[in-house]
Amino acid sequence: MIPELGHFALIVALLLALTQAVLPLIGAQRGNLTLMSVARPAAQGQFVFAALAFGCLAYSFMVNDFTVENVARNSFSQLPEVYRLTATWGSHEGSLLLWVLILGFWTTAVSVFSRHLPDDMVARVLGVMGIISVGFLAFLLTTSNPFDRLLPAPIDGRDMNPLLQDWGMIIHPPMLYMGYVGFAVAFAFAIAALLSGRLDAAWARWSRPWTTVAWAFLTLGIALGSWWAYRELGWGGWWFWDPTENASFMPWIAGTALIHSLAVTEKRGAFKAWTVLLALTAFSLSLLGTFLVRSGVLSSVHAFATDPARGAFILGFLVLVIGGSLVLYAWRAPKMLSGGGFTWFSREALLLGNNVVLLAALGAVLLGTLYPLLIDALGMGKISVGPPYFNAVFVPLMAPALFLMGVGPLARWKEASLPDMVSRLKWALVISVATGILLPLTLDGFKPWAVFGFAMSMWILLTVLIGFRERLKNGARWSSLTRSFWGMQLAHLGMAVGVAGITVVANYQEERDVRMNIGDHTELAGYTFTFQGTTEHEGPNYRAARGTVEVGKNGKKLYELHPEKRIYNASGMPMTEASIQPALFDDIYVALGEPLDEAATIWAVRVFHKPFINWLWLGALLMVIGGFLAAADRRYRIAVKAPAPTGAAAQGA
Amino acid sequence: MKSRHKKLLVILLGLSGLGIATALILNAFQSNLVFFYSPSEVAEGKAPLDRAFRIGGLVEDGSVQRDADGLTVRFVVTDTAKSMPVVYKGILPDLFKEGKGVVAEGKMGADGLFNSSQVLAKHDENYMPPEAAHALEQAAKAQQTLAQ
Amino acid sequence: MKRWIPLILFLVLVGFFAKGLFLNPREVPSPFIGKAAPDFSLPVVGDANATFSPADMKGKVWVMNVWAPWCVSCRQEHGLLMALEQSGTVPIVGLNWKDKQREAEQLLARQGDPYFAVPDDLSGKVGIDYGVTGTPETYVIDQAGIVRMKHVGPISPDIWKDKFVPKLKELGV
Repeated sequence: MIPELGHFALIVALLLALTQAVLPLIGAQRGNLTLMSVARPAAQGQFVFAALAFGCLAYSFMVNDFTVENVARNSFSQLPEVYRLTATWGSHEGSLLLWVLILGFWTTAVSVFSRHLPDDMVARVLGVMGIISVGFLAFLLTTSNPFDRLLPAPIDGRDMNPLLQDWGMIIHPPMLYMGYVGFAVAFAFAIAALLSGRLDAAWARWSRPWTTVAWAFLTLGIALGSWWAYRELGWGGWWFWDPTENASFMPWIAGTALIHSLAVTEKRGAFKAWTVLLALTAFSLSLLGTFLVRSGVLSSVHAFATDPARGAFILGFLVLVIGGSLVLYAWRAPKMLSGGGFTWFSREALLLGNNVVLLAALGAVLLGTLYPLLIDALGMGKISVGPPYFNAVFVPLMAPALFLMGVGPLARWKEASLPDMVSRLKWALVISVATGILLPLTLDGFKPWAVFGFAMSMWILLTVLIGFRERLKNGARWSSLTRSFWGMQLAHLGMAVGVAGITVVANYQEERDVRMNIGDHTELAGYTFTFQGTTEHEGPNYRAARGTVEVGKNGKKLYELHPEKRIYNASGMPMTEASIQPALFDDIYVALGEPLDEAATIWAVRVFHKPFINWLWLGALLMVIGGFLAAADRRYRIAVKAPAPTGAAAQGA
Repeated sequence: MKSRHKKLLVILLGLSGLGIATALILNAFQSNLVFFYSPSEVAEGKAPLDRAFRIGGLVEDGSVQRDADGLTVRFVVTDTAKSMPVVYKGILPDLFKEGKGVVAEGKMGADGLFNSSQVLAKHDENYMPPEAAHALEQAAKAQQTLAQ
Repeated sequence: MKRWIPLILFLVLVGFFAKGLFLNPREVPSPFIGKAAPDFSLPVVGDANATFSPADMKGKVWVMNVWAPWCVSCRQEHGLLMALEQSGTVPIVGLNWKDKQREAEQLLARQGDPYFAVPDDLSGKVGIDYGVTGTPETYVIDQAGIVRMKHVGPISPDIWKDKFVPKLKELGV
């Protein structure tokens, strides 16, 4: 009964989404207030029913209702409760439902926090978001119904992929989707502005906090994904340039460019067309990312072969949403007059430069991700584009981006003076270069990329400090600094911390594969690892060989690590569960390979020394906090409280 | 500076930036693309000798051997038509098994041994790496043509 | 002109996707269609002494269904297979693929056995000979032992009616 209720709720949500998409848009075009006022209740109702559907699916998972095919495929009676809950969004169907739920959440948020916006703007924004909802709900209902029954029911489920049974994976998808879907708000604002022809500073101000919050969530999602890969994939890597990762990284790059370009549009009225295009791009890439990952097209272009309806629907939807918005853009572009002139050396120009570099990086990632798919689709053979390509392109492109990141915030709007900037920044430059050259000398081995990384990290750190000092020197007090300034400074500082972490771990990590018998020991980076054998261990839904490795330094025992080799009961899938001792300056990471003799007393063991790896996620966390702080800036809230000219009509509706 | 000059300068700067980026990308593309060959294609001498490539197929039953150091592994990858010996030092992925699909990346040694730097096996018991499936398909087709 | 550039770039991309999705033959044609079904001899589930070989079926049109107890989508077609068995149209042989947990016998006893015989392909080697990419997959084999058709994925009543029935008619069933 409950699955049918969920199915029914989805249908109601679709009807409400249709209402939300059609009526307010017509109303806005005709200036009909009654039609426009449908937007809010329809959006909120849609969210309620999407949440009901999601709750029904979650319930089916919690009670192990294996008559639901989705549950049978992705869950298992022995699966711990928390993973049964997260299995709700572990499948293709479930994750799309989560997408719809989060879109409903954002839509509702817009409907609540938009009292100060003109009615037609609200109607258009919610209408556009309604169109997106209709697309996803129709896709769910026609090709990927999460509530399909499976009769006769199997005795037990097939279990969740063991790799996903980790708490990093519990929150990674919701955070990632909060980011992806959040860009739908920026997209809807851009479309609404194009439709109404009102592309002005006010539009930029309205969309800024939404975009920044979405960006912060996406940053968090990507960081969690990377942290999960590090802990769970067993081989100590934290970024693989895997197509799934790229699919989330591309909208992030576009979003980063967007929040910077929006700043220029809000403050100076310039770059309007460019900002709109970025808003369209960021969300288009989110859609592309969702579909690339969820359709299975990445593992094989033949993935659609088993269900061509999905492929056709996805492509049609992409053409409609992205193609339609680009046509609208081309049609309205001549109307977008760029205000605010500036010279080639000004904050605007520097931000534009940064944007160009970011987009070049985006293009490189897009090409590397899609190229193997295209070649395969054209039947021209099989190739792979691996990390060497991405590193070779991405790292050099980051050089100008990071350099400009230091200069930009200190440059004046409109026109900056080069000699003035040189005199303000010369010491920072000298110290950065000196750090880059000297710091690697104190570590083992002089590596060119380490010089570059340290210099860039120090450069950003110093320019952030200079930013604070200059503000304070000009009469500001700590307490009078705005939240958006703090946000920017923290996010940039996060970048400095992250770059430092990446530089150290990429250049100075050590690893060793060793054959270890009971009592054997090995040395790495000053630590001693002693293997004390394995014992059998029974988990809730797996059996494991659990190793004990004693880690010591200078003859003193520090702690024991317990890496595991698990076999999951339902799928029979083996999995390596690494054991990590994390610390601010270095992680010790031990993973079990395979037993090398019949009695399983000798094992292949992999040990890692990962210096500064946690700085990476610490940096990302600073960026996230910076993003939320900036979005919480007082000037956006004052705008909320200010009475809008048409506020009374909106209240009355 | 006149606004026309300014515009020109900005455009020139933008173009040169894009040019550099494009050059970077194309260069990286050329040197870092990894091509895929099936054991049959390698046997026909289609694979390059001087750069890394990937091979895929099934791990031949009974072919996995370990050297005395415990970490160097030798095995044979087959597409059912042709086989090729591979040597790899390190820990194998969880799902590496005899009779299962595998993809290995590395370089051809002078002795005809494929020196693998990386062995990939995907994280799903019943999933065949697409490249491995492709190699088997190709070999099956080739055998059919030979039989006629 | 330049305002159309983003749209044009996007359309080129869509063109590639569409080509990838739709110009590709939807089903990779099995190289075995029109060829002799690969021979094998396997023990049969539920009867320790018996074996099954395609040669046993010479002179009959038959269907080989590749399935496994761990395969969820195989359960979708189970009901249809039971109905077909009742109607006695065509013998269905169920190749039990990679049944490592040894559950086939129990499962068939509990849910009903639609199969004429269940050869036990524990190693999965026979499946690979037939080019099986996943379960379920179903082959139609004619009187002379030639593979005439292959279907990937579970069989629904519609698929049976539209795809299998005409082929079986053509073969004189």
